[in-house]
Amino acid sequence: MRYLYYPGCSLKGTGKAYDESLVAVFDKLGMDVKELPGWNCCGATAYMSVDETKAFALAARNLALAEQENGSDPIHLIAPCAACYLVLNKVQKYMGEYGHLREVIANSLKAVGLNYHGTVKVRHPLDVFVNDIGLDKIKAAVSHPLKGLKVASYYGCQVVRPYADFDNQYNPQTMDQLMKALGAEAVDWPLKTRCCGGTLTGTVEEAGLRMSYILLKEASKRGANIMATACPLCQFNLECYQGKMRGTFGDSIDLPVAFFTQIMGRAFGLEAKRIGLQRLFVPVKAAPAMA
Amino acid sequence: MFMENKASDGEQPRVGVYVCYCGMNIASKVDVEAVRQFAEKLPNVVVSRTYKFMCSDPGQELIAHDIKEQNLNRIVVASCSPLLHDATFRKACAKAGLNPFYFTMANIREQVSWVTANSAAATKKAEALVAAAVARVAMHEALEKKRVPVHADVMVVGAGISGIHAALLLANAGKKVYLVEREPSIGGHMGQLDKTFPTLDCSACILTPKMSEVKNHPNITLWTLSEVQEVSGFSGNFKVKVKRNPRFVKLELCVACGQCVEACVFKEGRVPDEYNIGLSKHKPIYMPFPQATPASVLIDPNACLKLSRGKCASKCVEACDRAAIDFEQKVEYSEVDVGAIILATGYQLFDAKKMPEYGYGKYPNVYTMIELERLVNAAGPTQGEIVMRDGRKPKRVGIIHCVGSRDKRHHPYCSSVCCMVSLKMAHLIRERIDAEVFNFYIDMRTTLKGYEEFYDRVLHDGVNFVRGRVAEVTDWAMTPGEEGKLVIRVEDTLIGVVRRIPVDMVVLATAMEAHDNADDVRRKFNISCSKEGWFLERHPKLAPVSTFSDGIFLAGVCQGPKDIPESVAQAGAAAAEALALVDKGFVEIEPNSACIDADTCSGCKTCVPLCPYHAITFDAEKKISAVNEALCKGCGTCVGSCPSGAAQQKLFTDEQLHQEIEGVLNYV
Repeated sequence: MRYLYYPGCSLKGTGKAYDESLVAVFDKLGMDVKELPGWNCCGATAYMSVDETKAFALAARNLALAEQENGSDPIHLIAPCAACYLVLNKVQKYMGEYGHLREVIANSLKAVGLNYHGTVKVRHPLDVFVNDIGLDKIKAAVSHPLKGLKVASYYGCQVVRPYADFDNQYNPQTMDQLMKALGAEAVDWPLKTRCCGGTLTGTVEEAGLRMSYILLKEASKRGANIMATACPLCQFNLECYQGKMRGTFGDSIDLPVAFFTQIMGRAFGLEAKRIGLQRLFVPVKAAPAMA
Repeated sequence: MFMENKASDGEQPRVGVYVCYCGMNIASKVDVEAVRQFAEKLPNVVVSRTYKFMCSDPGQELIAHDIKEQNLNRIVVASCSPLLHDATFRKACAKAGLNPFYFTMANIREQVSWVTANSAAATKKAEALVAAAVARVAMHEALEKKRVPVHADVMVVGAGISGIHAALLLANAGKKVYLVEREPSIGGHMGQLDKTFPTLDCSACILTPKMSEVKNHPNITLWTLSEVQEVSGFSGNFKVKVKRNPRFVKLELCVACGQCVEACVFKEGRVPDEYNIGLSKHKPIYMPFPQATPASVLIDPNACLKLSRGKCASKCVEACDRAAIDFEQKVEYSEVDVGAIILATGYQLFDAKKMPEYGYGKYPNVYTMIELERLVNAAGPTQGEIVMRDGRKPKRVGIIHCVGSRDKRHHPYCSSVCCMVSLKMAHLIRERIDAEVFNFYIDMRTTLKGYEEFYDRVLHDGVNFVRGRVAEVTDWAMTPGEEGKLVIRVEDTLIGVVRRIPVDMVVLATAMEAHDNADDVRRKFNISCSKEGWFLERHPKLAPVSTFSDGIFLAGVCQGPKDIPESVAQAGAAAAEALALVDKGFVEIEPNSACIDADTCSGCKTCVPLCPYHAITFDAEKKISAVNEALCKGCGTCVGSCPSGAAQQKLFTDEQLHQEIEGVLNYV
């Protein structure tokens, strides 16, 4: 399996800890994953709603660049950010289904000397860790089993909907399995794929806050002592606004929210700084086995 | 261009071509007059006419008249599918004294006007097909239909209400019936229901008299725990091999006293009870349900210690004073000859676990409708008490319609009975425990006799109706009032808001679906399935219980979702069709059998093992193969495989096909 890594803009900014921990985990698992050279923004969901065609072309450029790296096997392009994962998959599916769109995109790519044949596979790291690497190999890499850590796995809305075929849309399991493999306890809770509010925190803050608060409250109620996320925006919403939530809802919300790769890194015994633990606003030290 | 070819029998062909308007069905796309003019100029064509409805009496008269007046010896009708009117026009030819096989049809409706958007292209295609038919018909030979006597016995497969009803009708008409049932008892799904809508008759009370009539009927041979293994032969003369699994109890001795069950070394049940949908457990030796027919216990060989491990005190044997228990019983095979077969194999229910958003299997208080049927039934696991898995009685119940039905992810069709089942259940819950009931529906479908009135009655019972497809069932409580409840999240499309409705118990009205093994079954009986897996009727309106295999009929839900009255009506229709076939005494067989030319056959024997009907034998003395016409079904396998071209099929000879192909190719 040949992998390339498409970090996307968030992982170079607010989600730096996701980038650092993911790369460290790749390394620990002996995976040779280099970053896609010359990548650009995927356009995220925002650009899609402004100009769909241009947004498609913009995202397709990344797939064309990845395809250039094809050897005998097709490239598996790992997109950890939920929005990037969704947008790249969407381009892939739409180009396959709609001939006219494929043509428009092909023309745009041609203008910059690129073309794309549709051979790249867009993968989420959860899928890669559980289905390619395998839980056995992950278990073997664990040096600090996360005893006592009760993880509420939070997948968000975009990882398993609408494109992921690697997990159940209504009750996804991959992150839970991963957490169990690390020695942690997976908290069964019903809001794994309920929206965190997304960009609402920046537009209609009150509504956004409420959506994030619902998740944190339910996870705490179910006994979680940490929440794991797979998306930089979810992590940001759920973690950075906890102070405001306490003020708005008069509730003592205080739950660390880490990228699932940071939790993996901790179980693998990686140094705190290498997996960006110091970047978290709600310190994970309080959670068992995370100190 | 064509050669002025001589007919196959040496006569100069004189062809009459008749192009049908079929009202506007053909004429709206095909320029019928242009086709007529085109046909007129084709070689051998003597007359070319059009008519508004060729199949009408005057249309047929037209053909008969021309045959006599113009001395025609070949007829082509360009109209609809031969499936509809081949027989009509063959008869018209015969009436005028012409051998009916000097006739062929060009299908310019199903294959042209109904499927071609462009008018000019449609006309051109119609012309090509007419040219092909004219070229082909010249090669036709005079043939005779064979008459074969039919066997008067009938087999009914599946003994739910449809199979039971069909079997009784036939048996009462004096026919000998073999009724084959896979389960240990007859009765099917109807036997599991508590009340039936809209009259609220007790299901068992109306079903069990029919079950016992089956058992006692001198004309019915009942085989339970049995499955059809193999079917061969053809309409009127089927040979069916039935696999009969052992019961390990002698049916003729057992009186279902239950002493053996009492005595079994297991003091508690250990096998999930199918009749109660796993809500209770039975012992390895058990009675399927109180009114089971035949009234006999049976032994589950996987659970019984004696049968699975060979070691047991066998207390059951001791307890049985009639010595009915027989561990030595083996699988038996029975082979019978029947003239007709009725398939009444029923359905299975959609697996609610395929919709994890409704929490079945995750939340103990989420039930399927059939589970609730057992809960409210006096013979059920709770003796009719509506008690949930956690031991509580529900104060609020949510019934979700269309689970797996009307859903593109699962089954796009409507299961047709669930609205009424849900209404009935809502009524029973109100009546028995006075709980508050919510029905979540997309559309209410209460179309048949007395159904709308029943809906109205349930509305007056105080049942709540929420129009909207439920998004999810969750135990996520947002308010203290929701704690410990199952919350149904739904968009109420009548008031335009998203609601959260906390309940104690959720009931899922799961879809009816075709059996997992429907495809194997249809292969066994050589019939077709619709894409949903339901057995396909020959014609959706005019042959709703026939199949494309003559002599095989359909009854009940195996053909598509329906309720009890519809199943019974259809079973009656299937029984009448079967009677009409076996009472006629003979079947006419299409003379499309294969024959092997003795002079050209090289004796290579390629065809012998390929024949699916074992109709070809090898004559070791003459070193040639020969076809037994009585067995040949005209599939053409031997014709296609014969390296020397010695095998030919009547109505599909090489010459006929070549002419037909040439006819099309010359005009496309």
